Amino acid sequence: MKKRKVKNVLPGFGLSMGLVLAYSSLLVVIPLLMVFINSSQMGWSGFISAVGNHRVLAALKLSFLTAFLAASINVIFGILLAWVLVRYSFPGKRIIDGLIDLPFALPTAVAGIVLTTLYSKNGWIGKFLPFKVSFTEFGIVIALIFIGIPFVVRMVQPVLEDLDPQLEEAAVSLGASRVRTITKVIMPELTPAILSGFGLAFARAVGEYGSVIFIAGNLPYKTEIAPLLIMTKLEQYDYAGATAIAAVMLVISFAILITINFLQMRAVGRVLAKGV
Amino acid sequence: MYKRFGKKFILIAILIVFSLITAACGNSENASNGKAKGKKTRELLNVSYDPTRELYKEFNTAFSKHWEEETGEKLTIKQSHGGSGAQGRSIIDGVNADVATLALAYDIDAIAESRKLLPDNWQEKLPENSTPYTSTIVFLVRKGNPKQIKDWDDLVRKDVSIVTPNPKTSGGARWNYLAAWIYAKDKYNGDEQKIKGFMKNLFSNVAALDSGARGATTSFVERGIGDVLIAWENEAILSLEELDKNKFDIVAPSISILTEPPVAVVEKNADKNGNREVAEAYLKYLYTEEGQEIAAKHYYRPRNKEIYEKYKDVFPEVKLVTINDEFGDWQKAQKTHFADGGTFDEIYQK
Repeated sequence: MKKRKVKNVLPGFGLSMGLVLAYSSLLVVIPLLMVFINSSQMGWSGFISAVGNHRVLAALKLSFLTAFLAASINVIFGILLAWVLVRYSFPGKRIIDGLIDLPFALPTAVAGIVLTTLYSKNGWIGKFLPFKVSFTEFGIVIALIFIGIPFVVRMVQPVLEDLDPQLEEAAVSLGASRVRTITKVIMPELTPAILSGFGLAFARAVGEYGSVIFIAGNLPYKTEIAPLLIMTKLEQYDYAGATAIAAVMLVISFAILITINFLQMRAVGRVLAKGV
Repeated sequence: MYKRFGKKFILIAILIVFSLITAACGNSENASNGKAKGKKTRELLNVSYDPTRELYKEFNTAFSKHWEEETGEKLTIKQSHGGSGAQGRSIIDGVNADVATLALAYDIDAIAESRKLLPDNWQEKLPENSTPYTSTIVFLVRKGNPKQIKDWDDLVRKDVSIVTPNPKTSGGARWNYLAAWIYAKDKYNGDEQKIKGFMKNLFSNVAALDSGARGATTSFVERGIGDVLIAWENEAILSLEELDKNKFDIVAPSISILTEPPVAVVEKNADKNGNREVAEAYLKYLYTEEGQEIAAKHYYRPRNKEIYEKYKDVFPEVKLVTINDEFGDWQKAQKTHFADGGTFDEIYQK
């Protein structure tokens, strides 16, 4: 016997790994590959002309910019919401806590229609605002904030719950100011969760179609989002052109998510290094 | 060693999952074939577009009754509705439709072209371009017509704001665009530059380009956006009926397009389902007096002259031009106007 079979402590790795690979390839890898295979049929020149024109570029810019803005706003208010929900107790807290998840459950088209009604010029909220919200870029950002709220809150909340208030008390008793306590004690612990919350909210917002389509007004160059252009191409039975735009969105989103992951890993590393 | 073992397992697992899936697909195909041959009640699937839901609900009941009287056979007709283009794509992607009743010939052409489910000359198979009922494009304005919108010319005025669905995403909206084009062509004696200028002004007044017709109606009616909604006549009359009659008026322009939503038997599917005969009878029945009457009741203009006379009061008088007269056919219209780089893109060019 030259080699002895080394047994892993955990049994069943081979089978479970096989299942994981098969499952993820059937449901994630192959569908995503199809996007590239479909768009590769048109060749480079076709691809460039499908995605390189001003209208597509304007739509891509709008999609990524509004998603970024919405995710950023969600980070600020998500932290605030999580903080209040973890650190304070007040009547109705459980209800508000439950409401946070509602945007997940609601069909996005319903959300879009409701938001459009509320924020249009004759809507309950819109009529008090001095500027137009529905059918403008603002409207898009509002819809994207709505669908992204749960991500940041639900990422930050458990970390905050685990964070011992004694840490802050210690910081304060050692003479740290409020600001210093937040920036040097609390934020470093929260950063990885905030980053992944931001990443999720951003990713969700980039591809969002249902809710945005009602509130955007969909004017070319102004409020036309990239997913709408994909639908436009499909309506012309131009499958290759549609997947070309999808492929570009995929690549950009992937690059952004990788960057966020990288930042997150560094943040985690910093927290661990400090902890030792 | 265990690594190699692991790899083997991975391969086996993948193979198992794949074979299960292929087996499942095979089975379901067999099952559906078997059902078609069985002697159950016959089933017919009509894949249609959004605003015909109520029309076909009534027509299906009438036809099943007629079919049972003729042949003694029980018939269930299923209907599927959605955006015309999306419905066309679903047939291309394999929905087992026996008949397709869509908003424009281009969508059925696409089925004929990409999957060869019906011959290219499908439109010659039934009378009147395979269009048993028609409609046209009119304006819906707010009660009393405060902006005094009478014709297409008023839509390019600076103080008017328009709601229309996006011709790129809504098949029905392409008719809107072509109707405006016809007016401009008439007005400028076919001067292309001037027509494009008119269209540009018109679309710069558009406040919201919804992705579908119902969305546009909601924007106009519920959200109070815009002074005028460009809409199909049957949709406009229906909104008057369904919504508050005292809030809106219909304005008929001086000239408009005759919208022709076509019907066709999806021959290969119908043959496979053993439904060819009943599918053909189903569409032909649309041309009978009963079928025409039902179409008229749902505010589509019937082809039958006598029945049209009977319902004449419902339909405002408009000079109507057909797409074949002005644009050749849908393939041509699609290519010059709505394909990428076509005139619609041009008027939105910066």
